[in-house]
Amino acid sequence: MSESRSILETRAISKTFPGVNALSGVNFTLNAGEIHAVMGENGAGKSTLIKVLTGAEQPDSGEMLLAGKRIQPKSPHHAQELGISTVYQEVNLCPNLSVAENMFIGRETIKFGFINAKASVIRAREILQRMNISIDVTRQLDSYSVSIQQMVAIARAISVSQAQVLILDEPTSSLDRIEVQKLFEVMRQLKAHGQGIIFITHFIDQVYEISDRITVLHHGELVGTYTTADLSRISLVTKMIGKELTDLENLSKAKEAIQRDPAEQPFMQVEQLGRKGSIQPFNLDIYKGEVLGFAGLLGSGRSEAASLLFGIDSPDSGSIRIDQKEVKHLSPLKAILHGISLCPENRKTDGIFQELTVRENIIVGLQSSLGWFKFIPLKQQYEIAEKYIKLLRISTPSPDQLIRNLSGGNQQKVILARWLATDPRLLILDEPTRGIDIGTKTEIQKMLLDLVEEDKAVVFISSELEEVVRCSSRVMVLRDQQKVGELAGKHVNEAEIMQTIAGGAEYA
Amino acid sequence: MLKVGVAWRKISANGIIYSTLALLALLAFNIFASPGFFNLEMKEGHLYGSLIDILRNGAPLMVLAVGMTLVIATGGIDLSVGPVIAISAAVATSMIGKNMGASNLPLPLVILGALAVASLCGFWNGILVSRIGIAPIVATLILYVAGRGIAQMITDGQIVRVFYDPYYFIGGGYLLIPFSLFVVAGVYLAAWLFTRRTAFGMFLESVGVNPNAARFSGISEKNIKLVAYTISGLCAGVAGILISSNLKSADGNNAGLWYELDAILSVALGGTPLTGGRFSLPGSFLGALIIQTLTTTIYSVGVPPQVVMLVKAIVVILVSLLQSNNFRQSIAARFPSRKGAAR
Amino acid sequence: MMLPGLLKRIDRKFLPLIVTILMFVVAFAAASLKYKGFGTPQVFYNMLIDNSFIIISAVGVTFVLISGYVDLSMGAMIAFISMVSAALTEKLGWSPLTTIPFVLLLGMVMGAGMGYMVTYYKVPPFIATLAGMFLARGACFVISTEAININNPFYRSVALYQIPMPGHAFISINVVIMVVMVLLGIYLGHYTRFGRNVYAVGGNEQSALLMGLPVNRTKMLVYTFNGFCSAVAGVVYSFYMLSGYGLNANGFELDIISSVVIGGTLLTGGVGYVVGTVFGVLIQGIIQNIITFDGSLNSWWTRIVVGLLTLFFIVMQRALSSIKTSSPAVNETPPANRSAEST
Repeated sequence: MSESRSILETRAISKTFPGVNALSGVNFTLNAGEIHAVMGENGAGKSTLIKVLTGAEQPDSGEMLLAGKRIQPKSPHHAQELGISTVYQEVNLCPNLSVAENMFIGRETIKFGFINAKASVIRAREILQRMNISIDVTRQLDSYSVSIQQMVAIARAISVSQAQVLILDEPTSSLDRIEVQKLFEVMRQLKAHGQGIIFITHFIDQVYEISDRITVLHHGELVGTYTTADLSRISLVTKMIGKELTDLENLSKAKEAIQRDPAEQPFMQVEQLGRKGSIQPFNLDIYKGEVLGFAGLLGSGRSEAASLLFGIDSPDSGSIRIDQKEVKHLSPLKAILHGISLCPENRKTDGIFQELTVRENIIVGLQSSLGWFKFIPLKQQYEIAEKYIKLLRISTPSPDQLIRNLSGGNQQKVILARWLATDPRLLILDEPTRGIDIGTKTEIQKMLLDLVEEDKAVVFISSELEEVVRCSSRVMVLRDQQKVGELAGKHVNEAEIMQTIAGGAEYA
Repeated sequence: MLKVGVAWRKISANGIIYSTLALLALLAFNIFASPGFFNLEMKEGHLYGSLIDILRNGAPLMVLAVGMTLVIATGGIDLSVGPVIAISAAVATSMIGKNMGASNLPLPLVILGALAVASLCGFWNGILVSRIGIAPIVATLILYVAGRGIAQMITDGQIVRVFYDPYYFIGGGYLLIPFSLFVVAGVYLAAWLFTRRTAFGMFLESVGVNPNAARFSGISEKNIKLVAYTISGLCAGVAGILISSNLKSADGNNAGLWYELDAILSVALGGTPLTGGRFSLPGSFLGALIIQTLTTTIYSVGVPPQVVMLVKAIVVILVSLLQSNNFRQSIAARFPSRKGAAR
Repeated sequence: MMLPGLLKRIDRKFLPLIVTILMFVVAFAAASLKYKGFGTPQVFYNMLIDNSFIIISAVGVTFVLISGYVDLSMGAMIAFISMVSAALTEKLGWSPLTTIPFVLLLGMVMGAGMGYMVTYYKVPPFIATLAGMFLARGACFVISTEAININNPFYRSVALYQIPMPGHAFISINVVIMVVMVLLGIYLGHYTRFGRNVYAVGGNEQSALLMGLPVNRTKMLVYTFNGFCSAVAGVVYSFYMLSGYGLNANGFELDIISSVVIGGTLLTGGVGYVVGTVFGVLIQGIIQNIITFDGSLNSWWTRIVVGLLTLFFIVMQRALSSIKTSSPAVNETPPANRSAEST
């Protein structure tokens, strides 16, 4: 009985945001001494659940029990006082303070009006030693690696309020293998002491290595809670994507492989292109006249691969060839001049210029390819803007409307127009259909196929597998920041992609 | 009715409306406070009057505001314009020398020299900000601290007086109206052409609004910033020539004192957000005009001129609070509750 | 071989501080050798006497900069406080016993006001404190456009009192006040929760918030404390000058900031020491002294050298922080080894 003693329980938790059911009636139980993975794709409700647990959001209905008592955390700080502590991917400590100071800031012991620094040092050392970490706690935090910093954050989290529940939100994203192992050691140690840990990650292999149970969410609903040992990888992937394998096999229709002239050279060719911490080296050929899909779960390295192709991030290995010529030090401007465009995943932070007009938002890409002094005359700017407003059916009162006043779907179309206006030879679209209505989605998908008709190359990235399958003639599959396969022709179907994603266990 | 509402929101959103109202209020005040304020007289083919004085005395600030506008649009700040004015003045006057009625070097060369040195100062700031990545307030602080020393070094610690009429004409001469106003018009025309007839203005605003998106669009943030700071230096150079030619002297310690603050204030009054983004050159012109009118008004009313600063302080506080979202929200939060109470 | 080994053991954040202290010691030693009469205790004490109000104000600014913010109002505040002191004692006949507490409170209120704009209305700190600066300067001239001499016997006796020191030397009461303020700064910075919170806010404000620290209260306290320091500096300044005048302490704010930077405080926040600040001010003092003693050097070199020093320290900070980010492997090695050894 003691082994499955529940310490945290949610009953029928619901939360709605305007227009979205972020969580509907989710029941979730965390036991003492277990590591419980929570999995789900974008919009699954994973982050809303965490926000509710940590008090960052208040649920609309339902209740939460901590060690059998009803709680209503009002803020992350309050949750921490109740006994629910969270450690985020971004280490939320002060880099300029020492390890000990970080662990005890805000609750130092005061003696005769002076902070008792020695007491903090001794206690910090004790707590870390219990986790099997021996470091000099008087050194500044940022003199240590991210993994050590993360463990300090964990040590702070569990010592602040004798936390019973520890939430680790994507703790392994910026760690290398050895560091991950070290973190897992600490997690096992805590587990042995009866700590309940909620582990959030997108690394499937890590889930299978460390977790006892897995809860899967999809579209804000609970799919189920499973014992890790009893859940196969392929069923985990299908549950996350929200399909059953048997349905899929019926659905997947055979596709004709594109018959390509063997003499045709790829437009863009990358070899062993990689960047530490975002994507491991991969090879890829991109041909004109095809839609190449990137498929993989959230965090699998899809967007990271695209960033390398467009020169947003600089690779630390590998080479890029465009039209058979090697291109070094690719930058966004260079990429644009080579006819490559990227519609970024995060429309708000990387895409739109809130305070600029629709016309300016459309014209800016073309203008930057022309440089400062080949200014597009205003009249021509309006012509171009009007043309794409009509072509993409952008709903705006005028080209002079500020883009921030447009709906999400229309903003997305403006960004598309920006890149179409540069007449690209390769258009990379990262999640172009996220958060926009069905009608616009279909329009965008249709537009892709039109582009291919014009013998352009398109790279299409989407977390909706169905969409990738429908649009792409070839698919690069990624998992855990690594290219794990390439499917073409009749192999482009949801079942095979998911099997490739689930793959084998290469990870230690 | 709806259209009027939209138009109103559009005007009031960029803040120029408040500035225009402020200017009108100031002018209206002067009708009562100082009779003859609006009188214009023709004497010896020159136009005289308080309004002309405002424009003439405000000329350096108007020029300065152009460069400051561009720097602020990138989300930066240039604290060093005052000392750069002193440097430019020092360079120009020392190139002319102390000869009675003559110059050591031809006037165009003098002007070119002063502007080149001033631009170099701006370029230096731009390098520190864009290439070395130092925060703008800190980067320009360096030249602020050292600049007056450099100016004094150039003039050998003296207040240089020049006796060369063609130079005096630039800042103090008249072609019906003060010649400095032609300089101001030239600077604004050039700035308008450069920002609105090349892609520079659009790129500048892109970088100021969303540097990330600018990077994804292939815009070089570094070069944009470098050019903005260089132009700010250049404008300070022009202002330095205007000031020193009007005074017929250059004083390393006092030339351009406190101009940096007035320039920043002009830009803020002109509706360019201090956090960067959309900028308005006409707005900054208006801002400079308000400040100068304020100063002249206070002079003409007979209040000690230094009290101008107190009024400026209140203006800065009002403008910055009006630009603050948090402040507007806290006011908005109070408003309906009062209404509700009244009902 | 020895130096790198030693450097490795010293935490890199102390490097600017060590450089500053070394620089001061070397400059003092070199000047003592070169100039006759430089190496006497009284020259050193004079440096403390002449700079005591700067050091006091710099203590407060150190906290502002460590918290990652900035304040530009100090020079104007010093002038304002000494002006108010002069007016209260001379024009209104207040006793120093009521004047001094009153002006200290006034300084704190003004500091808190600027802090409020920065903290709760998110007004950019340099704009808010710029407003404070204008306000204080303007208010000086509202009180009087002329200088007011202080003839109050208490002020005069404090100003003229000499505390004997070993070596036939003396210091003033101002130096004692300065030492008390420095000690207070060290205590607050390193031995209180408030001090820790200031460092935390400067290190990463977001994290500090998530760790449940009172971020807003800390920011308010920092500005209030700086207002208090400016006020104490103003009182000390009125002892020093025995007069109040609106143009006094002009431009001191940026000199004070550059001293704090030279003293090893990071302008990006999170790192800094009150002790370093003291040496940062003294370095400026020693440059001035050297120029006076030399006689052949011109006064403008002070500004240029201070500017260069500021640049040197900022670039050094930049370089140190980029080493940190560009090659994390270097930092990881020692702790990793250590943990391997001990496990």
